[in-house]
Amino acid sequence: MRTSAPETWELRLYVAGTTPKSILALKNLTLLCETHLKGKYRIQVIDLMENPKLAAGDQIFAIPTLVRKLPEPIKKIIGDLSDTERVLVGLDVKRVAPEAA
Amino acid sequence: MASKSTSDTSKQKHLVKSPSGIKGLDEITYGGFPRGRTALVCGGPGSGKTLLAMEFLIRGAVQYGEPGVFLSFEENLEELTQNVASIGFDLGKLIAEKKILVEYVYIERSEIEETGEYDLEALFIRIGYAVSQIGAKRIVLDTLEALFCTFQDDAILRAEIRRLFRKLKEMQLTAIVTAEQGSEGKLTRHGLEEYISDCVIELDNRLIQQISTRRLRIVKYRGTEHGANEYPFLIDHDGFFLMPSTSMELKHEVSEDRVSSGIQKLDLMLEGKGAYRGSTTLVSGTAGTGKTSVAASFVDAACRRGDKVLFFSFEESPSEILRNMCSIGVDLEQWMKAGLLTFSATRPSFFGLEKHLAYTLKLLSEFKPDAIVIDPISDLTSIGPQYEVRMMLERLIDYLKSNRISALLTSLIKSDDPGDRSVSISSLIDTWIMLREVESNGERNRALHVLKSRGMANSNQVRELIITNHGVDLIDVYLGPEGVMTGLARLQQESHDVSENELIQAEIRAIQVEMAAKRRAFETAISERRAILETDEVKMNLTIQQIRQRERFRKVNREHLSEPQTHEKPAPISDIRKGAQGK
Repeated sequence: MRTSAPETWELRLYVAGTTPKSILALKNLTLLCETHLKGKYRIQVIDLMENPKLAAGDQIFAIPTLVRKLPEPIKKIIGDLSDTERVLVGLDVKRVAPEAA
Repeated sequence: MASKSTSDTSKQKHLVKSPSGIKGLDEITYGGFPRGRTALVCGGPGSGKTLLAMEFLIRGAVQYGEPGVFLSFEENLEELTQNVASIGFDLGKLIAEKKILVEYVYIERSEIEETGEYDLEALFIRIGYAVSQIGAKRIVLDTLEALFCTFQDDAILRAEIRRLFRKLKEMQLTAIVTAEQGSEGKLTRHGLEEYISDCVIELDNRLIQQISTRRLRIVKYRGTEHGANEYPFLIDHDGFFLMPSTSMELKHEVSEDRVSSGIQKLDLMLEGKGAYRGSTTLVSGTAGTGKTSVAASFVDAACRRGDKVLFFSFEESPSEILRNMCSIGVDLEQWMKAGLLTFSATRPSFFGLEKHLAYTLKLLSEFKPDAIVIDPISDLTSIGPQYEVRMMLERLIDYLKSNRISALLTSLIKSDDPGDRSVSISSLIDTWIMLREVESNGERNRALHVLKSRGMANSNQVRELIITNHGVDLIDVYLGPEGVMTGLARLQQESHDVSENELIQAEIRAIQVEMAAKRRAFETAISERRAILETDEVKMNLTIQQIRQRERFRKVNREHLSEPQTHEKPAPISDIRKGAQGK
């Protein structure tokens, strides 16, 4: 069992331009973080249209992709993040949530 | 885009192709892969898909100035570099020179969660970025199917793959996509062939009688003709080597040039000139009839002319052949040293038939010999069924003929029974020489005859083949009451003939002597007679002279009497008297 939750959740959202999927993903993510990780998260949005070379670094191939850089290990969630339950499982937030509550 | 290009270039409707640079492949595809389109290369594990794709990319960059991107889903750069080094390419150097770019797409299923809608735009961006970095004209996606193991939503994936191929086309990249072979005769596990309709190539690595053979087949190639067979290929330190296809037509240019077999009397049986250059000679015979010796003579003669010879041996090592042939006075080592003769000794079972053929053709294309020997082809039957051996030899002979390489093949046959004649390849052979054993009077001797020889009058006679310490020779055989006579029987017959011959010669000589004597006697008699005749002639001529002189005196006297008498000339009177006396 994890004893101490990290101070901040470092999240990266990879998008490609302002497509409806990207906008939806960012909206879903912000909402989710505000609900479950308030004050403990940081979201960095990377637009691959502008920085194509950043895609290789995190091995991104689908859009949108959410990468949990911290806490480790790295987790990736692809899709518009519309299924909140799955996102929470994917990010391991579920485990944190009861402690926060 | 398509409508415009077809309207203004109706003449150039045929497909433009990007050569792969892979030996043999560009021949059967009539020029390479479709330019600006996507080709699918599918095959089972270990069938050589990745290497084929990589070689296409590297040769494109090196030989045709078309940089290429390798999008790898399975192997990382280090692994790829190692694999490619095994076929003789330095990937690191090519990457440094910006000729090749390897983009490794690492997908770890356990790290990925899917929620809701997504697309593969990031992958497209990566491709686009990689392509723009080196100005790529070619791309390889190896193996796209890795994606199928990653995504749960099949429908999204298929739509995206369709979009991907469209993108590649838009970027005018000549692409190869590799795919794992599917079960139950399906080309690919995930039906990628549905999306790629321009060109599909299947690779296969099959085990036949515990021997593996790689084959390649063009399943389809839209808008162009292509070879339809399965083509065996090799992967070795030089990369791929695909067998040049069997030409569909028989249209080799033939040579009128004749080459000696190395056995003078055998040449004599073939119009005195030997076989045509570039023709195929089969020497078949039972064990120990001197097939290899005949082959060695052929090699020796060829090297003596300055021809390059490649000797494929399936039974003996080069040093064994050299030693054994030295014992019959054929020094092949000198030709090896001169670089004219090269041996390739392999066990038949070392490769499958196809691989043998591929290997043989590879050596031929490298060494470029003027003549070859395969000793013996019958060993190939031990590694494949007869019809396959025949097919293989057909392809080999086809290659030899189109390259004007003279060939001598030996074949071990089990008996003299014509039904058992070698590998039933007689129709492929131009000159067929049979060697057999003749047993008589407690001896076994070798007999040779020319079974057929296309395009020339050939002797129908049986000769005895003798192997001496100064080479192979042929001797006329004698026909006795029990057939051909060889060995001791021949010698006896010969000596008998010799004594009979001597008698006749003596008789003739006696008659000739008598004839000469008669002529001499005759000529003596003639000269005697002539002497008598000449003496008589002299006498008679003298008499004629006297008569004429007397007549002259008479005339003078008569004139003298009619003239006035002077009596001053008494001399004429004596003349008259003298003449009267003579009368």
